[in-house]
Amino acid sequence: MENIQNFQVLWFILILILFAGYSLLDGFDLGIGTLLHLIGKTKEEKDILINSIGPVWDGNEVWLITGGGALFAAFPHAYATAFSGFYLAMMLVLFALIFRAVSIEFRAQDEAGAAIWEKSFFAGSALAALLFGVALGNVVYGVPLDNKMEFTGNFFTLLRPVPLLFGITGFAAILLQGASYAVMKTEGALQERSFRAVGILMWINLITSIVYFLTIAFTFQDITSNWLFYLAVLWTVLWLSAIFFSIKHKNDSCPFWESSFALIGLWLAVAAVHFPNMIKASNDQALSITIYNSSTGLQTLKLMSVIALIGMPIVIAYTIFVYRIFKGKAKASDHY
Amino acid sequence: MSALLLARIQFAFTICFHFLFPAMTLGTSLIILASETLYLVKKDEVYKKITDFLVRLLGLIFVLGAATGIVMEFSFGTNWSGYSRAVGDVFGPILAAEGVIAFFLESVFLGVLLFARDKVSPKVYWLSALLVFVGGHLSAFWIVVADSWMQTPAGFAINEAGKIVLTSFNDAVFNPSTLVRFCHTVMASWITGAVMVAGIAGYYVRKGLHGEGARTMLKIGIILFALTPLLQLATGHIHAIEVINMQPEKAAAFEGHFNTAKGVPLYAVGFVDEQNEKTYGIYAPKALSFLYNFDWNSEIKGLKDFPKENWPPVNFVFQVYHIMAGIGMLLIALGLLGAYLLWSGKIYENKLYLFILPFLIPLPHIAHETGWIAAEVGRQPWIIYKLMKTADAASVVVGAGEIAFSLIMFFLIYLLLSVMFVKLFIKIVQKGPAV
Ligand code: HDD
Ligand code: HEM
Ligand code: HEM
Repeated sequence: MENIQNFQVLWFILILILFAGYSLLDGFDLGIGTLLHLIGKTKEEKDILINSIGPVWDGNEVWLITGGGALFAAFPHAYATAFSGFYLAMMLVLFALIFRAVSIEFRAQDEAGAAIWEKSFFAGSALAALLFGVALGNVVYGVPLDNKMEFTGNFFTLLRPVPLLFGITGFAAILLQGASYAVMKTEGALQERSFRAVGILMWINLITSIVYFLTIAFTFQDITSNWLFYLAVLWTVLWLSAIFFSIKHKNDSCPFWESSFALIGLWLAVAAVHFPNMIKASNDQALSITIYNSSTGLQTLKLMSVIALIGMPIVIAYTIFVYRIFKGKAKASDHY
Repeated sequence: MSALLLARIQFAFTICFHFLFPAMTLGTSLIILASETLYLVKKDEVYKKITDFLVRLLGLIFVLGAATGIVMEFSFGTNWSGYSRAVGDVFGPILAAEGVIAFFLESVFLGVLLFARDKVSPKVYWLSALLVFVGGHLSAFWIVVADSWMQTPAGFAINEAGKIVLTSFNDAVFNPSTLVRFCHTVMASWITGAVMVAGIAGYYVRKGLHGEGARTMLKIGIILFALTPLLQLATGHIHAIEVINMQPEKAAAFEGHFNTAKGVPLYAVGFVDEQNEKTYGIYAPKALSFLYNFDWNSEIKGLKDFPKENWPPVNFVFQVYHIMAGIGMLLIALGLLGAYLLWSGKIYENKLYLFILPFLIPLPHIAHETGWIAAEVGRQPWIIYKLMKTADAASVVVGAGEIAFSLIMFFLIYLLLSVMFVKLFIKIVQKGPAV
C-alpha cells in the first residue's frame, strides 16, 4: 500500500462514505424539518416530531463537518475550488443550517415566537435538503474550470437542468428519509399520516430516481460497460419497491432502512460515473480536478487513514450506543 | 473596500462571535462535571438540581456554538481558498482530526445529557457529562493546534514544487506554542464559566431565591473564580515568554517597545505614538525584562530590529493586549475578595458584592476576545508566521460584492441570534434550578 494512488482511491471512497453517511443521518433530520407541517397537525404532534430528532441532529451534522474536514485534508484543491467557486450557494447552505439548528432550541424555549421558529426550521431544513443535491450535481455534471483549477462560472452556472435534477432527486430522497423515520418514531394518527407520506414519496422517488439514472446514462458516454452503475440502478429500484410491501404490512421500522438503502444506491451511481474525478471540468476534460491531481502528499494521506480507520469505528460504536438509549417512540414531553 | 479587507472583516467578525459560545461551553461543562460528580458521591439532590439547571443553559449555548462553528469550518474553503490549497497537507488533517476525535464525542453525548436524565443510570449520565467535557476540550485542543501552527509553524517542509508538505505530524501538533496556548485558552474558558455561574448564583442569593441550591452554586462558582484567574496569570506569563522568544516583533508590539534594550519597562496603561515611535503611559521600570527571565537587565528585542512592513498595527495591538491583561488583574482581585468573603462566611449577606457579581459576566468575554485579537492581529501581515502573507491567502474567484453580501447577512443573522440568546438565557435563569 505504499503507492500514493492506493491512498487516493481509498480517500475517494472514504469521503463518499462520509457524505453518504451525512445524507442518511442528517437526511432524516432535514426530512422531518421539511415535512413538519405536512405530517404534524397539532402542536403536540410537532413536538413529537422535533423531539424524535432532538438528541441526535447535532451529532448527525458532524458527519458533514468531518466530511468537509476530510475533503480539505485529502483533496484540498477540490475543497478550495468548490467552496470558493460556489460561494453564494455555500452561504445559502450555511444560513439554512444556522436557522435549522437554532430554530429547534428557540422554538422550545420561546413559546411566544414558536410559530415563527417552526417556519424557519422548515425553511432552513428544506433549503439545505435541496441545495446539497444541486451542489453534488454540479461537481458530477461538470463546471467550467481554468488551468489554475479555479471555477470560472457564476451563481447561475450552478442552476442548469441536470444539477437541478440532482437537487430534486436528493430532495425527494431526503423527504422519504424523514417520513420513514417519522413512521419509526411515532404512533397513532401521526404515524398514519407518516405512512401515507411514505406511500406517496415512494412513488415520487421511483420517478425521480429513474429520471436521474436515465439522465446519467444519456449524459455520460462511457456508461455501457460500467457494471457498478447498473448495480446501483437495480439496487435503488429494488429497495424502493420493498417499501411498498413494508407499508402494506404496516411495518414501522423497515421503510426507514429501505429508504436508506435506496439512497445509498443514488450515491453508488455517482461513484460509478464520477470516479476518479473530484470536480469535472465541463469546458475541457483535461482540466478536471481528479483524485490524482488534487490530493495532499503521501504522508498526510497515510496519517489521515490511521485517524479515520481507528477513529471512525469508535465513533460509530458510541453513536449506536446512544441511538439505542433513544430507541422507541418519541414523546411530546421529551424536551428538557 | 477590497475583497481581501472584506474577507478579513468577515473572518474576524464570525470567529469572534463563534468564540463567545465555546468559551462558555467549556466552563459550563467543567462545572456540570463537578456538580454531577458531587451528586454521584454525596447523593445530595441539590447537586442534581444544579446540574439540570446548567445543562439547560448548556443546551442553549451549545446550539449557538454549533450553528456558528460550521461557518468557520466552511470559511477556509469559501474565503481562504488560497490558504487551503497551500496548507491542506498540514492544516486539513488537524481540522479533520477535530471532527473525528472531538466534535462527534461532544455532540453525541450532549444528546444524552440533554434528553436522557431519566433514561440512563446515574453512572452513565455522569459518564456522559465527562465525555461532553472531554469532547469540548479536545475540540478546543485541535483548534488551538490549528491556530498555533499558523503562529509558530513546525513539522513541515517545502518540496521541489514549492508546496508545503507534512514531515512530522507530532511536531506540527506540538509546535512551540500549542501547549501554552491551549492551557491559557482553556483557563480563560474556565474563568468565563466560573464568573457566569457565580454571577447567576449571586443574583439568586441576593434575591433570596432557590435557597440551598443557589448557595451551593455560589460556593462552587466563587472557588473557581478565585483560583482560575490566578492560574491564568501563570499561564499568561509563560505565554508571554513564549511570544518574546518565538514572535519577538509581536511581543514588542504588545509593549510598544521600539528599540532593542536592556531593562525594558512594562506598561499598565499607555498609548503608542507610531509616528514618532514612542510609547507613553504608566509603567513599571525594567519589569518586562524581569518577567522575561527574572533578570532586571535582560535584553528584549525592539520593533526596529524588524523591517517595518512586517510590523503589526502597533498601538491597536498594544491596546487590546492591555485590555486583556488589565481585566485579568481585576478578576484576580475580585476573585480573591470573593474567596475571602466566602471563607469568612460573610458573602451571603454582602449585598454589594452579590450585586456586582452578575455585572462581571461580560468581563472574561472581553478579555477573551481582546486576547485573541491581540494574538491574531499581532501576527499580521502573516497568515502563517514568516511563511505566507494574509494577502496571498484569500479566494481569488470571490468578489468584493459577494463578500459584502455575506458579511451583511452574517451581521443581521448574528444580531438576531444575539438578541434571542440573551432573551432566552435570561429566561432560563429566571426559571432557575427549582424547576
Ligand atoms: C479570560 C480571558 C483572559 C485573561 C484574563 C487573560 N488572557 Fe491572555 N489571552 C487570552 C485570554 C485571557 C486568550 C483569548 O485565550 C488568548 C488569545 C490567544 C491565546 O493563546 O490566548 C490570550 C493571549 C495572550 C497572549 C498572546 C499570545 C499570542 O500572541 O500568541 C499573552 C502574552 C497573554 N495572553 C498573556 C496574559 C497575561 C499576562 C494575562 C494576565 C493576567 C492574561 N493573558 C489574562
Ligand atoms: C483557533 C483557531 C483559529 C484559527 C485557525 C484562526 C485563523 C485565522 C485566520 C485564517 C485569519 C486570517 C484572516 C486575517 O488574517 O484577516 C485570522 C485572523 C483573525 N482572527 Fe483568528 N483564528 C483562530 C482563532 C481566533 C479566535 C478564537 C479569535 C477571536 C475570538 C480570532 C480572531 C481573529 C481576528 C480578529 C482576525 C483578524 C486579524 C486581521 O485581519 O488583522 N481568531 N485567524
Ligand atoms: C480557539 C478557538 C476555538 C475554540 C476553543 C473552539 C471550540 C469549539 C467548541 C468547544 C465547540 C462545540 C460547540 C460549542 O461548544 O458551542 C465548537 C463548535 C464548532 N467549532 Fe469551534 N472553536 C474555536 C474556533 C473555531 C474555528 C477557527 C473553527 C473553524 C474551523 C471552528 C469550527 C467549529 C465547528 C465546525 C463547530 C461545530 C461542531 C458541532 O456541530 O458540534 N471553531 N468550537
